Order: sequence, then C-alpha cells, then structure tokens
Amino acid sequence: MTTKEKYKKVAYYPGCALEGSGHSYNRSTKAVGKALGLDLVEVKNWNCCGAMEVKNVDPKLQTYLSSRVMSVAANEMDMDVVMAPCNGCYHNLKKAEYDLANDAESVEVVGKLSKKAGHKTYESGQVETIHALDWIKEAIGEDGLRERVKNSLSGIKIANYYGCMYTRPRHIFPEKDQGPGSESTSKPHFMDDLLAAAGAENVDFPLKTACCGGAHTLSDSDTSTKLVLNILKTAKMAGADVIATECPTCHSGLEMHQIRAEKTLGEKVDIKILYFTQLLGMALGLKPRKVGVHENISDSMRFLKEKGLA
Amino acid sequence: MPIHEKSLIRPENLKTHDELVIDGVDVSGHWSTFIEARVVTDYNEALEEEIAALPGGEYIHRCWQCGSCTNSCTVNAINPDFNPRYWIYLIRMGMESELLRDKDIIWQCVSCNKCTYACPRDVFPEGVMKATSHWLELKGHTPKSPSMHFDEVFTEQIVKTGKIEESRTIRRFFARTKQALMQDWMIEMTKRMLRHLPIGMLTRMGLATLVAPRTSNWGAASKAMQEYIDEQEHERAEALNLAALAKRPEQDVAA
Ligand code: SF4
Ligand code: SF4
Ligand code: SF4
Ligand code: SF4
Repeated sequence: MTTKEKYKKVAYYPGCALEGSGHSYNRSTKAVGKALGLDLVEVKNWNCCGAMEVKNVDPKLQTYLSSRVMSVAANEMDMDVVMAPCNGCYHNLKKAEYDLANDAESVEVVGKLSKKAGHKTYESGQVETIHALDWIKEAIGEDGLRERVKNSLSGIKIANYYGCMYTRPRHIFPEKDQGPGSESTSKPHFMDDLLAAAGAENVDFPLKTACCGGAHTLSDSDTSTKLVLNILKTAKMAGADVIATECPTCHSGLEMHQIRAEKTLGEKVDIKILYFTQLLGMALGLKPRKVGVHENISDSMRFLKEKGLA
Repeated sequence: MPIHEKSLIRPENLKTHDELVIDGVDVSGHWSTFIEARVVTDYNEALEEEIAALPGGEYIHRCWQCGSCTNSCTVNAINPDFNPRYWIYLIRMGMESELLRDKDIIWQCVSCNKCTYACPRDVFPEGVMKATSHWLELKGHTPKSPSMHFDEVFTEQIVKTGKIEESRTIRRFFARTKQALMQDWMIEMTKRMLRHLPIGMLTRMGLATLVAPRTSNWGAASKAMQEYIDEQEHERAEALNLAALAKRPEQDVAA
C-alpha cells in the first residue's frame, strides 16, 4: 500500500486540549477531513498522553501513557496509523515510540504497567504516528489540494508558526531531514506548502520554530508574554496578516499572551491567529462557523469578510 | 587594570578602590579593579552523581563545554544569567555554593529543547535543567517552583481520571500556588471568549466542569501508576541520601 492510500483512513487522537480550549482545531480538522474524503476513526476510550507535565514528575510514566494510546489503536482497533493534530500529543507518541525501540528500561516499565492495568503492551513499530500536516500533505498533496480549492486564499499573507515540539528534539523524528519531500527540522515547510497550494502568500518568517514559553504559560506568565510578543511582532514586521498555527497549545498561548501583552505591557499587536485547518477549510469552501472561527479567542471575522472568505 | 570582560563577571566579585596609591602610582577607580579571589572549600564531590541519578540528568558527564546550549537557549536570550553551560560546569566540578546562587531561576527553563537540538554531545541539557530544579527542591534549597506545582496538579489528575480538563487544572493550580484566579488579563480573555461563543458551546463547557471527562475502566491503570510513582520517589530519596539530610538538624540540636 502506498503512503497516500495508507493515510486515507487513520486512527484519530484528538487529545485533551482539543476537547477544551482547542475545540475549534478539533472541529476544523474533522471538517477538512470530511471535505477531502479522508476517514478519521477516533481512538477508543483514549487517555491523555501526559502533555509537557508528567515527564517532569517521571518520564517513563509519560511513555506509558502515550504507549497506551498506541496500544488501543493497534490492538483493539487494528489500525496502523495514528494521527494527532496536537504538537504535544504528536511529540509524546513519537518520543514513546523512540524510547520503546531503543531503551530497555522503558520497555520494562511500560510492560509492567500495561500488565497491571490489564491491557496489551504496545510494541514499537505497531503503529506509525503522524501529525495532521503529514496526513493532508501525503494523503492529498499540493496538487490534490489545488484542484479542490473553491475560495483561494490569495491576498492573505501568512506567517507559519510550527512551535517547538513538531521538530525538537530531532532524534525522535527519524523520518524528517531525509532530503527532498521530507520535512525539515530547521526550516519546516509542510504548512507553508499546503497553504501556498490553497493560494496564500507565505511571508519569510524567521521564528517558525521559536518557543512561546507554553510550558510556563501560567507558572511564569511574564516570560511567556515576552516570548509571544516577540513572535507576534516579528510576524507583523515580516508583513503577515495572519499567523497560522498547528497546535492547540501554541495557538492558545499566542491568543492568551496577545491579550496579556496588551493588558500588562500596553503593547497591542494587530495580527490574526488561525489554525491552518481553519484556513484550509475556508479555502475548500467551508463557512467560518463550520471551521470554528467563532470559537477562537481572537476575533478575525471582519478580516475574513474583507478577504472574501466569510 | 581595566577589565574588558566585566559584563561576564558577577558584580559582587568585582572590587574597585576609589582611591588607591600603590608604590607611588595612583591606581584609583577602574585602574584598581580586580576580580576578587575566591577560595572554594565546599566541594560536593557527589553533586554530579546526584544530578545524574534524577530523570533527565543521566548524560551530564558527556558535556564538553562548547556552549551551544546557552547560545541557542530561549530563556538566555531574555535573561543572560540563565546559563545552562555554566551550571553544567559547576555541577561537574562539584561547586554547589556557586550553583546555589542561581537557584531561583533554574526552574524557568521552558523545555523548548533548542539546547538538545544544538548539543553535539547528546547531553540533553533540557533534562539536566529539569533534574537540577528537581534536585534543588528535594534538597530543600528552594521551595517547590510554581512550575513543579503545575506538573504535579496535572499529573495527579491524569493518574486519577486519565484525562485533563483544563479549567479544573487551572483552578487547582492557582489554589495551590495561592494566586487569585481572576487576574485582570484572564478576565479580559474570558470576556472576549464569551463574546463569540454560541450558547450550545457555553453549556458544553459549563457541563465539562461538572461532568469532567475521564477515561473509563481507568482504575487498574491508575493504581499501577500510583505504585510506580511511590517506588520512584523512594529510589530518588535514596540516591540523594535524603534520610541523612533530614537527620542533620536533629544532630545539630543534639550537638
Ligand atoms: S498533550 Fe495536551 S492535548 Fe495532548 S493529550 Fe496531552 S494534554 Fe491532551
Ligand atoms: S511553541 Fe509553545 S506551545 Fe508550542 S510546542 Fe513550543 S512551548 Fe509548546
Ligand atoms: S551544548 Fe552540550 S556539550 Fe555543549 S556545553 Fe551544552 S551541554 Fe555541553
Ligand atoms: S530547553 Fe531550557 S535550557 Fe534548553 S534551550 Fe530551552 S529554555 Fe534553554
């Protein structure tokens, strides 16, 4: 089976954030999948992957949590691809995969915990974990997307923001940096490619993989606000109208600290923040409500009307 | 002697005499600036081993001090005192008291892994930062950082229910760190959120806080994880010899 066919039907792991603050990402991912004729089967009775927090209490506990999700997909649903739109989930599943393939102690702990919890132990290689970007890029591709665009995003200038966890640390993403066609960890471009195919103009944005301080968004808010402000201002200076995101934590971090910068530092940066799936959905002819634009904290409705998308 | 590297030296280690004549030569002001000699007598020879015994610290011995971690570090760019390379050096040399001067900022590492990406020796400096903050807390040098409180609140909820419900986690975090929940910017954010949300969504969110999401049949997994956490805590306490540390005040009183 080719990758293209394999990705047509995937196990969908939304993760906790997509049930709460990232609900519009959930909605738009599903809507885009439907519009493109791709099949999403939600992982049954899934659990949290451990986010960025559990590893600080104990890294192997995080490996176990992520492994359970993959075990359900592989052993209870017979799926071989798990797609996660959240950078955190994607990263943690990839990390668990790496550790279970390379670290005997992790294998032992996961085996012990799985047995006590009463489910089959996940074994490395049973599933392939991909991001929502890989999913659309491989299953549909730029050409396929171009054919299906109803409302071109032309005239919209976009800064693509990938955040930290999509590319770092490099060793957990063995398929990246493999030459033409593969994703780059230093200058990722999958989101740029997809949005360009939908007609948008990508600006040269140097902070694609900068960090927004998401890990301390509440415990060290001042640091996060400084980091976000830098990202917003740089995107603005690069000429962007919109920052496109591909992670609920990055997205809400930008939205929250855009407001916090305004409130605590008096610095207002007028730039729209939208999920790449929201932009793609509208390009495919979906109404803004269908892709949850009204659920975002920042308000881009007027802007979208001006650009003929709403 | 003018010192060109002044910015690299801690202000308290710079000594200048406003008026000083040595052998008839006027060396007042910056001509008499010296870096104070320090005598280090309190090496902790076990320091590197202790850090290496905590999760994330395992590969500290590989460091060859190239500085790539500090050079690429997100937090270093906004606070030059945040210096992973230097802390790794101090730990490997056993210079505990020097390290302790920065004890209140080490936890601020944002886990962006830029250092890990840049490190040519696979030290995983991000892990070393986590291990070091953990060490500071376990040894009682710092109170639990807000970030550790957050990690714990979060982990407890997952172990208990299998899932995270954001508003509950946020409320508990603010309660545990004794902060007011409704800070100015939060109110503003909530207002903007409400402006656009349809009633259905609000009800769903309202319900989510009452009927929190959970993974079903989670009991066995929950129990297994709790047992594992307790085991690990015990092992770490042994590695750091915390029992002896707890006894010391008693001995001091007795003596
Ligand atoms: S990383 Fe975030 S979204 Fe993903 S499962 Fe964990 S808490 Fe949920
Ligand atoms: S950019 Fe922010 S939210 Fe996104 S992965 Fe990095 S720290 Fe997390
Ligand atoms: S980048 Fe790695 S080897 Fe270089 S100083 Fe930092 S930890 Fe040491
Ligand atoms: S992970 Fe921590 S130490 Fe490493 S670059 Fe990021 S903030 Fe600096």
